[in-house]
Amino acid sequence: MARGVQPRISIVVNGDRVEVPAGITVAAALFNLGVTAFRTSVSGEPRGPVCAMGVCFECRVTIDSRPHERACLTPAVDGMHIQTASIS
Amino acid sequence: MTGMGVDSFPEIVAADVAVIGAGPGGIAAAVSAAERSLRVVVVDRGLEPGGQIWRRKVNATAASDAQPWLTRLADSSARTINGASVVDVRPDADGFEILVESSGRPMRIWAADVVLATGARELFIPFDGWTLPGVMGIGGTQALLKSGASFAGKRVVIAGSGPLMLPVAASLADAGAKLLLVAEQADRSAVARFASGLWKTPALLFQAARYRARFLSARYATGTWVTAAHGVDRLQSVSITDGRRTWREDVDVLCTGYGLIPNVEIARLLGCDIRDGAIAVDDRQRTNVDHILAVGEATGVGGAPLSLIEGSIAGTTVGSTDAASAHLTRRRAILVEAADRMLNVFAPREELRSLPHADTIVCRCEDVQYGAIQNAVCARQAKLYTRVGMGQCQGRTCMPGLDFLLAWQADTVRPPVEPALVSVLSSEVADDATPTFPLTSSVGEAYQ
Repeated sequence: MARGVQPRISIVVNGDRVEVPAGITVAAALFNLGVTAFRTSVSGEPRGPVCAMGVCFECRVTIDSRPHERACLTPAVDGMHIQTASIS
Repeated sequence: MTGMGVDSFPEIVAADVAVIGAGPGGIAAAVSAAERSLRVVVVDRGLEPGGQIWRRKVNATAASDAQPWLTRLADSSARTINGASVVDVRPDADGFEILVESSGRPMRIWAADVVLATGARELFIPFDGWTLPGVMGIGGTQALLKSGASFAGKRVVIAGSGPLMLPVAASLADAGAKLLLVAEQADRSAVARFASGLWKTPALLFQAARYRARFLSARYATGTWVTAAHGVDRLQSVSITDGRRTWREDVDVLCTGYGLIPNVEIARLLGCDIRDGAIAVDDRQRTNVDHILAVGEATGVGGAPLSLIEGSIAGTTVGSTDAASAHLTRRRAILVEAADRMLNVFAPREELRSLPHADTIVCRCEDVQYGAIQNAVCARQAKLYTRVGMGQCQGRTCMPGLDFLLAWQADTVRPPVEPALVSVLSSEVADDATPTFPLTSSVGEAYQ
C-alpha cells in the first residue's frame, strides 16, 4: 500500500494535536501513538484494548466529551477530541 | 459517502425479516430472503457489513471471498443499519420489536421473523497479569491490525489455541512484527490428528500451509501455553511453559485466546434452546421458538463457508414452509462434521484450570479476584456477592472462562442485552408513529 498517498486527518489526544491516517479507528490511532492506558479500571489499573470488536469494553475513552465510548468501534474523525486515562 | 441526515433518522423500521449480525451468515440470510422479495433489515454493531472474518483492512478493498457477497448485499433490497447495538428483542402480537441504539439514539425494528446471526467471540481463560495493557485477544489483534494499528517492530508472542492463530501470525509477520513464538496449548498428537483429518477438506490444508509459510521465522510449539504476564502498567514479559520447564520472553504484545464461543445472549433472552453452548437449530435453521432462526457461528463455530450455507438456508426458508435445498443440506453436514472434529482437538487442557490464583483478577469490568468467587455455588450467588460479570461487558469476557474453571451454569439473560443510554431505554413510540421502509440508505453512514 502506498502509505504516502493516504489522506491524513488531525485529532486531539489528551490536549495534543496529532495527525493520523484517515479511516483508522480511535483504538488503532491511540495504539500507534504508544498509548497503553486507555481507561482506568475500578481498582485503578490501566487497561487497553482486548477484543477490538466491541465486546470487552476495555478500550473505553472519552470522545468529544462523551465518556465510555468504545475506541475500537469509533472511526477517528478530523477534529475529534479524545481523552484517555490519566495514567500513562 | 452520502448518508442520511440526522433529521431523517427513522424511529421505526418495519420489515418482514430482521437479521441481527452482518457477518457471512447474516449477509447470506439477508440476500437470500431479499431475493425472495421479503423486506429485510440487517442490524450490526460493526462500522460496515462483513463481521469479523470479512473485516476490511483500513483503506484496502474487501477480501476476494467477501466481495461477491458484499456486492450482492449492496445490490439487494435489504438495508443494513451499522454501528448499532441491539438492546432488547421483545415478542409482540405481530412478531418482534427490536430496540436498537445507534449513535446514541433509539430505533425500533418491527419484524415478523428474526434471524440471529450474532457470531462468536473469543474464549479467555484468566491468568496472572492478563489485565495488563498489551495482552490482547488473538482475533482482537487481527481486528486492531485491520483497523489501522501498526505492529511493525513489536515483539509478539501468540499463545492460545485453535486455527485462528495461523492467519493472525501470518498477518502480524506481514505487518513487520517480531513474532517470537506461536504456542498452541493442544498437544502435538491432537494437532497432528486434526491436520491428518484435513485431507477431507484439502482447501483448508493448503490454506494452513500457506499461513505457516508466512511466519517461518517464528517457532510454532504445541503443548505449550502462557502461565503469566508481567509488567508495570503495561506488558513487558510473559511466562511460557510446556509442562516441563517454564521460561520468560520479553514482549510488547501477547495475543491469547482459546478458540471461539458462540454469542447466544439474545437467543437466551428469547428463550431459544442452547445445546453445547450454541443455539440449537433444525435442518431449516429454525430455533425452538417460532419465527426465530439462527445461523453461523452462533449455532456452533464452523467458519465462514458453513455460515454462508446456513445463512442461505435460513434466507430461503424464513417465512415459508419450503424445505431447505438438498444440495445446501448436504454441504452443511460435511462442514459441521469437520467443525466438530476441530472442537475436540483444541479443547482447553486440564492444566489451564490452575492458571488463576486467589489474587488473579477474573472479572475485568469489576476487578473481582478469583479468590472472591471460586467457592460460590453458582454464578448467581457469586454475582450477588461480588458483582462478578455484572460490569459493562455483562460477563461476556469473564463468564465463559469461569464456566470452564468452575463448571457454572450460565445465569439468566435480561434486557438490556448491551449497555444502553437511559434515554434509549425510556424512549417511547408515539401513537401516530409510522414505520419506515425501505430506508433510503444504510443508516450507519449517518455516523460518518
